[in-house]
Amino acid sequence: MTQKFQLTRRTLLKASASGAALGLASGSLPLTPARAATTTIGFIYVGPKDDYGYNQAHAEGAATLKGMPGITIVEEENVPETVDVQKTMESMINLDGASLLFPTSFGYFDPHMLAMAAKFPSVQFRHCGGLWDKAKHPMNAGSYFGYIGMGQYLNGIVAGHTTKSKKLGFVAAKPIPQVLLNINSFLLGARAVDPAITAQVIFTGEWSLAVKEAEATNALVDQGADVITCHVDSPKVVVQTAAGRGAFVCGYHANQAPLAPAKYLTGAEWNWSTVYKMFVAKLQAGEPLPNFVRGGLAENFVKMSALGPAVNEAARKQFEATKAEMMKGGFAVIKGPLKSNKGEVVAKAGQSFPETAIELESMNYLVEGVMGSTS
Amino acid sequence: MAEITSGSLAPAALAAPRARGILEWIARRSEALVIPLAALIAGLGVFSLFLAALGKSPGQFFELMWRGGFGSWFSLQNSLQRASPLLLAALCVALPARLGLVVIGGEGAIVLGGTAAAAVGYWLTGAPAFLVIPAMGLAAMAIGALWIGSIGWLRHARAVNETISSLLMAYIAIALMNHLVEGPLRDPASLNKPSTHPLAAAYRIGNIPGTEVHWGLVLGIIACVFSWVLIEKTRWGFAARIAGGNVRAAQIQGLAVGPLIVGFTALAGSFAGLAGMVEVAAVQGSANASLAAGYGYTGILVAFLARQNPLAIIPVSLLLGGIAAAGGLIQRRMDLPDATVLVLQGMLFITILLSDTFYGRFKIFDPDRWSWGWKERA
Repeated sequence: MTQKFQLTRRTLLKASASGAALGLASGSLPLTPARAATTTIGFIYVGPKDDYGYNQAHAEGAATLKGMPGITIVEEENVPETVDVQKTMESMINLDGASLLFPTSFGYFDPHMLAMAAKFPSVQFRHCGGLWDKAKHPMNAGSYFGYIGMGQYLNGIVAGHTTKSKKLGFVAAKPIPQVLLNINSFLLGARAVDPAITAQVIFTGEWSLAVKEAEATNALVDQGADVITCHVDSPKVVVQTAAGRGAFVCGYHANQAPLAPAKYLTGAEWNWSTVYKMFVAKLQAGEPLPNFVRGGLAENFVKMSALGPAVNEAARKQFEATKAEMMKGGFAVIKGPLKSNKGEVVAKAGQSFPETAIELESMNYLVEGVMGSTS
Repeated sequence: MAEITSGSLAPAALAAPRARGILEWIARRSEALVIPLAALIAGLGVFSLFLAALGKSPGQFFELMWRGGFGSWFSLQNSLQRASPLLLAALCVALPARLGLVVIGGEGAIVLGGTAAAAVGYWLTGAPAFLVIPAMGLAAMAIGALWIGSIGWLRHARAVNETISSLLMAYIAIALMNHLVEGPLRDPASLNKPSTHPLAAAYRIGNIPGTEVHWGLVLGIIACVFSWVLIEKTRWGFAARIAGGNVRAAQIQGLAVGPLIVGFTALAGSFAGLAGMVEVAAVQGSANASLAAGYGYTGILVAFLARQNPLAIIPVSLLLGGIAAAGGLIQRRMDLPDATVLVLQGMLFITILLSDTFYGRFKIFDPDRWSWGWKERA
């Protein structure tokens, strides 16, 4: 497909004047020698870049690449998981000459990124979420993800030391395995402090639904929960609402401390910079990009927000000790004997599932002590 | 009314009728074109001030908008692809609007239509595609018709405000869709993004040959033309316009207002349902939460910008598709947030709505008030 209407003299002048990288004529062959001097990398977000959450975590990772020699970053926010994201990817390839794309939202993978990966075999695609499968998917595609459940366990430890009512609250989007693991980890962290602690979970049903998130937070506080955390795309509403009601909060995805400096305890954050820098280093060295990348706290894929002013000394000690334990590797949050909140045995005595265990990826239960239902 | 218009025309025998006739024809019709265009330009003007206030160049903005939305074959296809769901979604607003009803819940019919299509496509796995694809379309249209038609029925039979009920029913529809794809219709393999079973490749709708635009665009254009003919050229459309103008008058004249309302809202809903089916069969390949992408709400904007005229929906959809297509390029090149495009849409929406008050104010569009030669008509 040639861009035949595009290369007029005027367009050329304007585009070069605005400092934009040209290279429109051969948009489908982005690795031509003429452009090898600078590599363009595209980032696509499903929500706003400054959402204090999922998208901000990725945008912060992308921002650490800016200014690296030979690297140009192009970004687009608020791209829905429809044909729009396919067209955004094509546009980044055709108009910006991108040779590596990071479509960051979970729903971008199938069918959107897969369709584009098949259409542009010389462009590399890496998706956040861990869905890539060597047997089924093209080699110019791949995925990366982090084990953030550990972070929620550490959140739980601090929450367990802070709660007075022994009731925690969790605002969750959907009862899917990743979210369930976070809820369970949060409660088990708190129970490592005091086995009498319980957690109430409310599912809003959507990844981003501010009104319901505020209602859920208020309902949890009304029921006596005094430490709240969440797993929604943007924790902003939950953090502000909870802090406004006097409850403490543990963050998720990114650092929400600026939203509630006095009430923010700590938070489980993504550290995507590690992943993006690794990919760029390999790209610049001319090495093949890995297709399947995973890591947790030890690999620096996940990090914890700095402990807030309300965290007491006992909490700090147990937090640091457990974190050090996790950094050694092999730490298991889900270990027997453990029952679900419906009374089924989910881990027998002596059985343990470290973060890398494949069983955790199809989790369909809430552990004993969590009040709520997966359906 | 019909008698008056036909009787007021000048007799064909009058002098110099032909040139004057053409002029009058042009004048009468150009009002509907000139006023929205002027409003569009005014909106762009206001938006330029906004950009200048931000310290950004309006010139670069419009140049990128042209390049990203229309300036090349790739960009044009990008815009057309984004426009296609808007055509059907806008009809879901425009058709009831001709009856005086403001239905803003097309999103509900879209997500349920898509879900129904995915379910039918899965249940009929193995049957030939030429049967399954129409069955998917019919199922989607049926559920859409039921959903929006029931809003029309509530309006007529129970005087429930259709604007509120359609919006609330859209929330119910999305919740129902979530329940179905997370429960009874869920593909167990879809762990972290609950979806229905993927459609077999044979049941997918492909692209129009030679393009990268799927057949949904053609379906949308056919639906727009069909709706225009229905409203402007049939007695049902005439009756609907009468009822939309004054429902009491329509009832006194013996028009069946109830069936008209239910029929038009059901037809509107069936188009939105079809949009959901196209989304599943041409783009997503299965039904899941991505179906609630807001097309139903953008459709409201399109329908109002088109002044509820089904034919005008086609260029307006293309315009908004182009704005969306260019929006990405603008974000990337000018370092503006995505909300910039929303501001532009909002400003266009307001100027075009405001322009409504200018209809009938300019003599130039009304040959009956032309000062030169009105005596001739007397």
